[in-house]
Amino acid sequence: MKRAAWSLWGWPLVLATLTGAGLVGGLLGDGGWDWLAWIGLGVPCVVAVWFGLRGRGARQV
Amino acid sequence: MTPRALRAWSWLHKWSSLASTVFLLVLCLTGLPLVFHHQIGQWLGTEVVSAPLPAGTPHVTLDQVMAAAKTRFPAKVGMYVSQEPDDDTIWYVTMGDTPASTTGLKQVAVDARTGIPLAEPRLDRGLMFVIHTIHVDLFLGERGKLFLGFMGLLMLAAIVSGVVLYAPFMRKLRFGEVRRDRSARVKWLDLHNLLGAVTLTWALVVGATGIINTWADLVIEHWRNDQLAQLLSHDRGMPPVTQLGSLEKAFASARAREPAMKIAFIAFPGTAFSSEHHYGVFLRGRTALTERLVRPVLVDAITGEVSASRAPPWYMNALLLSQPLHFGDYGGTPMQWLWALLDVLTIIVLGSGLYLWLGKRGPARQVLASDLRSAAP
Repeated sequence: MKRAAWSLWGWPLVLATLTGAGLVGGLLGDGGWDWLAWIGLGVPCVVAVWFGLRGRGARQV
Repeated sequence: MTPRALRAWSWLHKWSSLASTVFLLVLCLTGLPLVFHHQIGQWLGTEVVSAPLPAGTPHVTLDQVMAAAKTRFPAKVGMYVSQEPDDDTIWYVTMGDTPASTTGLKQVAVDARTGIPLAEPRLDRGLMFVIHTIHVDLFLGERGKLFLGFMGLLMLAAIVSGVVLYAPFMRKLRFGEVRRDRSARVKWLDLHNLLGAVTLTWALVVGATGIINTWADLVIEHWRNDQLAQLLSHDRGMPPVTQLGSLEKAFASARAREPAMKIAFIAFPGTAFSSEHHYGVFLRGRTALTERLVRPVLVDAITGEVSASRAPPWYMNALLLSQPLHFGDYGGTPMQWLWALLDVLTIIVLGSGLYLWLGKRGPARQVLASDLRSAAP
Protein backbone atom coordinates (compact mmCIF):
# COMPACT_ATOMS: atom_id res chain seq x y z
CA MET A 1 0.00 0.00 0.00
CA LYS A 2 1.04 3.55 -0.57
CA ARG A 3 2.05 5.74 2.32
CA ALA A 4 -1.20 7.75 2.20
CA ALA A 5 -3.23 4.56 2.41
CA TRP A 6 -1.17 3.35 5.36
CA SER A 7 -1.64 6.56 7.28
CA LEU A 8 -5.37 6.36 6.64
CA TRP A 9 -6.01 2.65 7.21
CA GLY A 10 -2.99 1.60 9.32
CA TRP A 11 -4.47 2.12 12.77
CA PRO A 12 -7.99 0.93 11.93
CA LEU A 13 -6.42 -2.20 10.44
CA VAL A 14 -4.32 -2.84 13.54
CA LEU A 15 -7.34 -2.38 15.81
CA ALA A 16 -9.52 -4.61 13.66
CA THR A 17 -6.86 -7.35 13.70
CA LEU A 18 -6.45 -7.09 17.47
CA THR A 19 -10.20 -7.22 18.04
CA GLY A 20 -10.61 -10.18 15.73
CA ALA A 21 -7.74 -12.08 17.35
CA GLY A 22 -9.15 -11.34 20.79
CA LEU A 23 -12.68 -12.42 19.92
CA VAL A 24 -11.62 -15.72 18.35
CA GLY A 25 -8.68 -16.40 20.68
CA GLY A 26 -10.82 -16.21 23.80
CA LEU A 27 -13.06 -18.92 22.38
CA LEU A 28 -10.21 -21.36 21.81
CA GLY A 29 -9.02 -21.87 25.35
CA ASP A 30 -8.34 -20.54 28.82
CA GLY A 31 -5.24 -19.04 30.42
CA GLY A 32 -3.07 -17.52 27.68
CA TRP A 33 -6.00 -17.44 25.28
CA ASP A 34 -7.97 -15.36 27.78
CA TRP A 35 -5.10 -12.90 27.96
CA LEU A 36 -5.11 -12.66 24.17
CA ALA A 37 -8.82 -11.83 24.35
CA TRP A 38 -8.36 -9.20 27.06
CA ILE A 39 -5.47 -7.50 25.28
CA GLY A 40 -7.10 -7.79 21.86
CA LEU A 41 -10.28 -6.07 23.03
CA GLY A 42 -8.61 -3.91 25.68
CA VAL A 43 -6.18 -2.05 23.40
CA PRO A 44 -8.95 -0.70 21.12
CA CYS A 45 -10.87 0.44 24.21
CA VAL A 46 -7.80 2.25 25.56
CA VAL A 47 -7.23 3.85 22.14
CA ALA A 48 -10.84 5.04 22.05
CA VAL A 49 -10.72 6.54 25.53
CA TRP A 50 -7.27 8.10 24.97
CA PHE A 51 -8.10 9.87 21.70
CA GLY A 52 -11.68 10.53 22.72
CA LEU A 53 -10.74 12.42 25.87
CA ARG A 54 -7.43 13.94 24.73
CA GLY A 55 -7.43 17.72 24.65
CA ARG A 56 -10.71 18.00 26.51
CA GLY A 57 -10.84 21.18 28.54
CA ALA A 58 -7.77 22.61 26.80
CA ARG A 59 -9.65 24.39 24.05
CA GLN A 60 -7.29 25.80 21.50
CA VAL A 61 -8.01 29.12 19.82
CA MET B 1 -14.15 7.85 -5.36
CA THR B 2 -16.44 9.56 -7.84
CA PRO B 3 -18.93 12.12 -6.50
CA ARG B 4 -21.68 9.82 -7.67
CA ALA B 5 -20.33 6.85 -5.72
CA LEU B 6 -19.83 9.06 -2.69
CA ARG B 7 -23.44 10.19 -2.82
CA ALA B 8 -24.62 6.61 -3.14
CA TRP B 9 -22.63 5.42 -0.11
CA SER B 10 -23.76 8.47 1.88
CA TRP B 11 -27.33 7.67 1.03
CA LEU B 12 -26.92 4.04 2.11
CA HIS B 13 -25.19 5.04 5.36
CA LYS B 14 -27.83 7.62 6.18
CA TRP B 15 -30.89 5.50 5.56
CA SER B 16 -29.63 2.17 6.88
CA SER B 17 -28.63 3.98 10.08
CA LEU B 18 -31.76 6.09 10.41
CA ALA B 19 -34.07 3.13 9.97
CA SER B 20 -32.32 1.06 12.63
CA THR B 21 -30.79 3.50 15.13
CA VAL B 22 -33.68 3.58 17.60
CA PHE B 23 -33.86 -0.22 17.73
CA LEU B 24 -30.09 -0.58 17.93
CA LEU B 25 -30.08 1.83 20.87
CA VAL B 26 -32.72 -0.31 22.57
CA LEU B 27 -30.59 -3.41 21.91
CA CYS B 28 -27.43 -1.75 23.26
CA LEU B 29 -29.18 -0.39 26.36
CA THR B 30 -30.90 -3.69 27.21
CA GLY B 31 -27.78 -5.64 26.28
CA LEU B 32 -25.71 -3.82 28.87
CA PRO B 33 -27.39 -5.33 31.96
CA LEU B 34 -27.66 -8.70 30.18
CA VAL B 35 -23.85 -8.85 30.01
CA PHE B 36 -23.88 -8.92 33.81
CA HIS B 37 -26.98 -11.09 34.29
CA HIS B 38 -25.18 -13.54 36.60
CA GLN B 39 -23.92 -10.78 38.91
CA ILE B 40 -27.27 -8.98 38.82
CA GLY B 41 -28.99 -12.26 39.68
CA GLN B 42 -26.73 -12.58 42.69
CA TRP B 43 -27.46 -9.02 43.82
CA LEU B 44 -31.19 -9.50 43.36
CA GLY B 45 -31.00 -12.83 45.14
CA THR B 46 -32.55 -14.65 42.17
CA GLU B 47 -29.42 -16.71 41.43
CA VAL B 48 -29.66 -20.19 42.94
CA VAL B 49 -26.76 -21.23 45.17
CA SER B 50 -26.12 -24.60 46.77
CA ALA B 51 -24.68 -25.13 50.23
CA PRO B 52 -20.99 -26.04 50.27
CA LEU B 53 -20.52 -29.76 50.90
CA PRO B 54 -17.24 -31.69 50.81
CA ALA B 55 -16.06 -32.43 47.27
CA GLY B 56 -16.94 -35.98 46.31
CA THR B 57 -20.20 -35.99 48.24
CA PRO B 58 -22.27 -38.59 46.39
CA HIS B 59 -25.08 -37.36 44.17
CA VAL B 60 -28.65 -38.60 44.29
CA THR B 61 -30.12 -40.19 41.16
CA LEU B 62 -31.94 -38.15 38.53
CA ASP B 63 -35.09 -40.12 39.32
CA GLN B 64 -34.91 -38.75 42.87
CA VAL B 65 -34.31 -35.26 41.47
CA MET B 66 -37.42 -35.56 39.30
CA ALA B 67 -39.46 -36.86 42.22
CA ALA B 68 -38.33 -33.87 44.30
CA ALA B 69 -39.30 -31.43 41.54
CA LYS B 70 -42.67 -33.16 41.18
CA THR B 71 -43.50 -32.45 44.80
CA ARG B 72 -43.50 -28.74 43.90
CA PHE B 73 -45.65 -29.08 40.78
CA PRO B 74 -47.53 -32.40 40.95
CA ALA B 75 -49.73 -31.57 37.93
CA LYS B 76 -46.84 -30.78 35.58
CA VAL B 77 -44.59 -33.11 33.59
CA GLY B 78 -40.86 -32.99 32.98
CA MET B 79 -39.55 -31.18 29.90
CA TYR B 80 -35.87 -30.52 30.51
CA VAL B 81 -33.23 -31.23 33.12
CA SER B 82 -30.07 -29.17 32.88
CA GLN B 83 -26.88 -28.12 34.60
CA GLU B 84 -24.70 -25.02 34.34
CA PRO B 85 -21.28 -25.83 32.83
CA ASP B 86 -19.42 -24.70 35.95
CA ASP B 87 -21.67 -26.11 38.70
CA ASP B 88 -22.64 -29.78 38.94
CA THR B 89 -24.26 -29.39 42.38
CA ILE B 90 -27.58 -28.08 41.05
CA TRP B 91 -30.07 -29.60 38.63
CA TYR B 92 -32.58 -27.30 36.95
CA VAL B 93 -35.80 -29.13 36.18
CA THR B 94 -38.13 -27.40 33.71
CA MET B 95 -41.75 -28.56 33.80
CA GLY B 96 -44.89 -27.86 31.79
CA ASP B 97 -48.47 -28.98 31.38
CA THR B 98 -47.32 -31.11 28.43
CA PRO B 99 -43.82 -31.79 27.08
CA ALA B 100 -44.57 -29.48 24.14
CA SER B 101 -45.87 -26.56 26.22
CA THR B 102 -44.46 -23.12 25.49
CA THR B 103 -46.29 -21.19 28.21
CA GLY B 104 -46.89 -21.84 31.88
CA LEU B 105 -43.44 -23.38 32.31
CA LYS B 106 -42.09 -23.82 35.81
CA GLN B 107 -38.60 -24.51 36.96
CA VAL B 108 -37.33 -26.15 40.13
CA ALA B 109 -33.68 -26.06 41.18
CA VAL B 110 -32.78 -29.25 43.03
CA ASP B 111 -29.60 -29.89 45.01
CA ALA B 112 -27.79 -32.70 43.19
CA ARG B 113 -26.29 -34.08 46.43
CA THR B 114 -29.25 -33.94 48.79
CA GLY B 115 -32.16 -34.11 46.36
CA ILE B 116 -33.78 -31.18 48.16
CA PRO B 117 -35.53 -28.48 46.10
CA LEU B 118 -33.58 -25.22 46.54
CA ALA B 119 -35.67 -22.69 44.67
CA GLU B 120 -38.17 -22.09 41.90
CA PRO B 121 -36.39 -19.77 39.47
CA ARG B 122 -38.99 -17.58 37.78
CA LEU B 123 -38.93 -18.00 34.03
CA ASP B 124 -41.54 -15.42 33.07
CA ARG B 125 -41.36 -12.60 35.58
CA GLY B 126 -38.89 -10.15 37.02
CA LEU B 127 -36.73 -7.28 35.82
CA MET B 128 -34.20 -9.40 33.95
CA PHE B 129 -36.97 -11.31 32.19
CA VAL B 130 -38.42 -8.02 30.91
CA ILE B 131 -35.03 -6.72 29.78
CA HIS B 132 -34.19 -10.03 28.13
CA THR B 133 -37.50 -10.27 26.29
CA ILE B 134 -37.22 -6.69 24.98
CA HIS B 135 -33.72 -7.51 23.76
CA VAL B 136 -34.75 -10.76 22.08
CA ASP B 137 -38.13 -9.99 20.52
CA LEU B 138 -39.63 -6.73 21.92
CA PHE B 139 -42.43 -8.89 23.41
CA LEU B 140 -43.59 -9.61 19.84
CA GLY B 141 -42.61 -13.27 19.64
CA GLU B 142 -41.08 -14.80 16.54
CA ARG B 143 -41.99 -11.80 14.37
CA GLY B 144 -40.27 -9.42 16.76
CA LYS B 145 -37.21 -11.62 16.68
CA LEU B 146 -37.00 -11.64 12.90
CA PHE B 147 -37.67 -7.90 12.83
CA LEU B 148 -34.71 -7.27 15.14
CA GLY B 149 -32.65 -9.56 12.92
CA PHE B 150 -33.55 -7.32 9.99
CA MET B 151 -32.48 -4.27 12.02
CA GLY B 152 -29.19 -6.11 12.53
CA LEU B 153 -28.81 -6.49 8.77
CA LEU B 154 -29.34 -2.76 8.39
CA MET B 155 -26.66 -2.21 11.01
CA LEU B 156 -24.22 -4.31 8.97
CA ALA B 157 -25.04 -2.17 5.92
CA ALA B 158 -24.47 0.97 7.99
CA ILE B 159 -21.11 -0.34 9.22
CA VAL B 160 -19.89 -1.29 5.75
CA SER B 161 -20.97 2.02 4.23
CA GLY B 162 -19.46 3.79 7.23
CA VAL B 163 -16.10 2.15 6.49
CA VAL B 164 -16.29 3.33 2.88
CA LEU B 165 -17.11 6.88 3.98
CA TYR B 166 -14.30 6.86 6.56
CA ALA B 167 -11.73 7.42 3.81
CA PRO B 168 -12.98 10.72 2.33
CA PHE B 169 -13.69 12.17 5.78
CA MET B 170 -10.39 11.15 7.33
CA ARG B 171 -8.04 11.73 4.38
CA LYS B 172 -6.69 14.97 5.72
CA LEU B 173 -6.75 13.99 9.40
CA ARG B 174 -4.49 11.82 11.45
CA PHE B 175 -5.99 8.79 13.15
CA GLY B 176 -7.82 9.75 16.30
CA GLU B 177 -7.67 13.49 15.62
CA VAL B 178 -10.66 15.24 17.19
CA ARG B 179 -11.03 18.86 16.09
CA ARG B 180 -12.19 20.45 19.31
CA ASP B 181 -11.38 23.97 18.15
CA ARG B 182 -14.13 23.88 15.52
CA SER B 183 -17.88 23.59 15.96
CA ALA B 184 -19.51 20.97 18.18
CA ARG B 185 -20.67 19.29 15.04
CA VAL B 186 -17.16 18.84 13.68
CA LYS B 187 -16.03 17.52 17.04
CA TRP B 188 -18.81 14.94 17.09
CA LEU B 189 -18.13 14.00 13.48
CA ASP B 190 -14.52 13.25 14.42
CA LEU B 191 -15.60 11.30 17.51
CA HIS B 192 -18.11 9.36 15.42
CA ASN B 193 -15.32 8.40 13.01
CA LEU B 194 -12.88 7.53 15.79
CA LEU B 195 -15.26 5.40 17.83
CA GLY B 196 -16.75 3.85 14.71
CA ALA B 197 -13.26 2.75 13.62
CA VAL B 198 -12.47 1.35 17.06
CA THR B 199 -15.71 -0.60 17.56
CA LEU B 200 -15.97 -1.71 13.92
CA THR B 201 -14.94 -5.36 14.26
CA TRP B 202 -16.67 -5.92 17.57
CA ALA B 203 -19.91 -4.40 16.29
CA LEU B 204 -19.73 -6.48 13.10
CA VAL B 205 -19.23 -9.69 15.07
CA VAL B 206 -21.83 -8.98 17.77
CA GLY B 207 -24.27 -7.79 15.10
CA ALA B 208 -23.76 -10.78 12.82
CA THR B 209 -23.95 -13.31 15.66
CA GLY B 210 -27.05 -11.54 16.99
CA ILE B 211 -28.67 -11.98 13.58
CA ILE B 212 -27.75 -15.67 13.62
CA ASN B 213 -29.32 -15.98 17.06
CA THR B 214 -32.61 -14.60 15.78
CA TRP B 215 -32.75 -17.67 13.55
CA ALA B 216 -32.11 -20.07 16.44
CA ASP B 217 -35.65 -21.48 16.57
CA LEU B 218 -35.69 -22.00 12.81
CA VAL B 219 -32.27 -23.67 12.88
CA ILE B 220 -33.29 -26.01 15.70
CA GLU B 221 -36.50 -26.89 13.92
CA HIS B 222 -34.59 -27.63 10.73
CA TRP B 223 -32.13 -29.81 12.65
CA ARG B 224 -35.04 -31.66 14.24
CA ASN B 225 -36.64 -32.33 10.84
CA ASP B 226 -33.35 -33.11 9.16
CA GLN B 227 -30.88 -35.07 11.26
CA LEU B 228 -33.03 -36.07 14.18
CA ALA B 229 -35.69 -37.41 11.85
CA GLN B 230 -33.09 -39.52 10.06
CA LEU B 231 -31.75 -40.86 13.31
CA LEU B 232 -35.20 -41.81 14.45
CA SER B 233 -36.61 -43.14 11.20
CA HIS B 234 -36.62 -46.71 12.52
CA ASP B 235 -38.95 -45.65 15.34
CA ARG B 236 -41.82 -44.59 13.11
CA GLY B 237 -45.05 -46.25 14.00
CA MET B 238 -44.09 -46.95 17.58
CA PRO B 239 -46.87 -46.10 20.01
CA PRO B 240 -46.31 -43.07 22.23
CA VAL B 241 -44.58 -43.73 25.51
CA THR B 242 -47.09 -43.87 28.33
CA GLN B 243 -44.81 -44.84 31.19
CA LEU B 244 -41.35 -43.27 31.11
CA GLY B 245 -38.43 -45.48 32.07
CA SER B 246 -35.70 -44.48 34.53
CA LEU B 247 -34.11 -41.11 33.73
CA GLU B 248 -31.04 -42.10 35.72
CA LYS B 249 -30.58 -45.23 33.61
CA ALA B 250 -30.90 -43.21 30.38
CA PHE B 251 -28.38 -40.68 31.69
CA ALA B 252 -25.96 -43.47 32.65
CA SER B 253 -26.26 -45.13 29.21
CA ALA B 254 -25.50 -41.83 27.46
CA ARG B 255 -22.49 -41.18 29.67
CA ALA B 256 -21.21 -44.69 29.06
CA ARG B 257 -21.45 -44.03 25.30
CA GLU B 258 -19.55 -40.71 25.52
CA PRO B 259 -17.43 -41.05 28.67
CA ALA B 260 -15.26 -37.98 27.95
CA MET B 261 -18.22 -35.59 27.91
CA LYS B 262 -20.35 -33.97 30.60
CA ILE B 263 -24.03 -33.18 30.74
CA ALA B 264 -25.57 -30.04 29.25
CA PHE B 265 -29.24 -30.96 29.39
CA ILE B 266 -31.70 -33.80 28.93
CA ALA B 267 -34.83 -33.27 26.84
CA PHE B 268 -37.86 -35.39 27.68
CA PRO B 269 -39.79 -37.28 24.99
CA GLY B 270 -42.12 -34.98 23.07
CA THR B 271 -40.11 -31.78 23.53
CA ALA B 272 -38.58 -29.73 20.71
CA PHE B 273 -35.20 -31.37 21.35
CA SER B 274 -36.22 -35.00 21.22
CA SER B 275 -38.61 -37.51 19.68
CA GLU B 276 -41.77 -39.01 21.13
CA HIS B 277 -39.88 -42.11 22.24
CA HIS B 278 -36.51 -40.87 23.41
CA TYR B 279 -34.75 -38.92 26.03
CA GLY B 280 -32.44 -36.51 24.20
CA VAL B 281 -29.31 -36.45 26.33
CA PHE B 282 -27.17 -33.49 25.24
CA LEU B 283 -23.55 -33.76 26.26
CA ARG B 284 -20.86 -31.12 26.02
CA GLY B 285 -17.07 -31.33 25.83
CA ARG B 286 -14.72 -30.28 28.58
CA THR B 287 -12.42 -27.81 26.83
CA ALA B 288 -13.13 -24.10 26.40
CA LEU B 289 -14.12 -24.65 22.78
CA THR B 290 -15.94 -27.99 22.94
CA GLU B 291 -17.83 -26.94 26.07
CA ARG B 292 -19.90 -24.77 23.71
CA LEU B 293 -20.79 -27.64 21.38
CA VAL B 294 -23.34 -30.25 22.35
CA ARG B 295 -23.75 -33.78 21.07
CA PRO B 296 -27.19 -35.37 21.21
CA VAL B 297 -27.36 -38.96 22.43
CA LEU B 298 -30.83 -40.41 21.94
CA VAL B 299 -31.84 -42.92 24.56
CA ASP B 300 -34.93 -45.12 24.36
CA ALA B 301 -37.28 -43.72 27.01
CA ILE B 302 -38.55 -47.17 28.02
CA THR B 303 -35.52 -49.47 27.89
CA GLY B 304 -32.87 -46.85 28.70
CA GLU B 305 -30.65 -48.14 25.85
CA VAL B 306 -28.79 -45.74 23.53
CA SER B 307 -30.43 -45.57 20.08
CA ALA B 308 -28.10 -43.10 18.38
CA SER B 309 -25.30 -40.65 18.98
CA ARG B 310 -24.05 -38.36 16.26
CA ALA B 311 -22.13 -35.09 16.14
CA PRO B 312 -24.49 -32.23 15.29
CA PRO B 313 -24.40 -30.73 11.78
CA TRP B 314 -22.31 -27.65 10.96
CA TYR B 315 -25.25 -25.27 11.23
CA MET B 316 -25.95 -26.30 14.82
CA ASN B 317 -22.28 -25.81 15.69
CA ALA B 318 -22.34 -22.42 13.97
CA LEU B 319 -25.37 -21.45 16.03
CA LEU B 320 -23.79 -22.66 19.27
CA LEU B 321 -20.47 -20.92 18.58
CA SER B 322 -22.19 -17.67 17.61
CA GLN B 323 -23.73 -17.44 21.07
CA PRO B 324 -20.60 -16.70 23.13
CA LEU B 325 -19.47 -14.24 20.44
CA HIS B 326 -22.75 -12.40 20.97
CA PHE B 327 -23.00 -12.71 24.76
CA GLY B 328 -19.34 -12.15 25.67
CA ASP B 329 -19.70 -14.85 28.32
CA TYR B 330 -16.23 -16.28 27.80
CA GLY B 331 -12.96 -14.96 29.16
CA GLY B 332 -14.30 -14.24 32.61
CA THR B 333 -15.12 -10.93 34.28
CA PRO B 334 -12.59 -8.80 32.33
CA MET B 335 -14.36 -9.85 29.15
CA GLN B 336 -17.71 -8.74 30.59
CA TRP B 337 -16.32 -5.28 31.33
CA LEU B 338 -14.76 -5.01 27.88
CA TRP B 339 -18.10 -6.06 26.38
CA ALA B 340 -19.83 -3.37 28.44
CA LEU B 341 -17.29 -0.71 27.42
CA LEU B 342 -17.56 -1.57 23.73
CA ASP B 343 -21.34 -1.52 24.10
CA VAL B 344 -21.19 2.00 25.57
CA LEU B 345 -18.82 3.13 22.79
CA THR B 346 -21.31 1.77 20.26
CA ILE B 347 -24.08 3.74 21.97
CA ILE B 348 -21.94 6.87 21.51
CA VAL B 349 -21.44 6.04 17.83
CA LEU B 350 -25.23 5.63 17.40
CA GLY B 351 -26.01 8.77 19.39
CA SER B 352 -23.45 10.93 17.60
CA GLY B 353 -24.70 9.67 14.25
CA LEU B 354 -28.22 10.68 15.20
CA TYR B 355 -26.94 14.06 16.42
CA LEU B 356 -25.08 14.66 13.16
CA TRP B 357 -28.23 13.95 11.18
CA LEU B 358 -30.55 15.97 13.43
CA GLY B 359 -28.31 19.02 13.41
CA LYS B 360 -27.67 19.04 9.71
CA ARG B 361 -29.24 22.46 9.23
CA GLY B 362 -27.27 25.63 9.84
CA PRO B 363 -23.69 26.63 9.17
CA ALA B 364 -22.28 23.27 10.15
CA ARG B 365 -23.90 21.69 7.15
CA GLN B 366 -21.54 23.67 4.96
CA VAL B 367 -18.59 22.18 6.83
CA LEU B 368 -19.72 18.68 5.95
CA ALA B 369 -20.54 19.68 2.41
CA SER B 370 -17.11 21.22 1.96
CA ASP B 371 -15.53 18.15 3.51
CA LEU B 372 -17.33 16.01 1.01
CA ARG B 373 -16.45 18.29 -1.91
CA SER B 374 -12.79 18.27 -1.01
CA ALA B 375 -12.98 14.52 -0.67
CA ALA B 376 -14.12 14.05 -4.23
CA PRO B 377 -11.24 13.97 -6.69
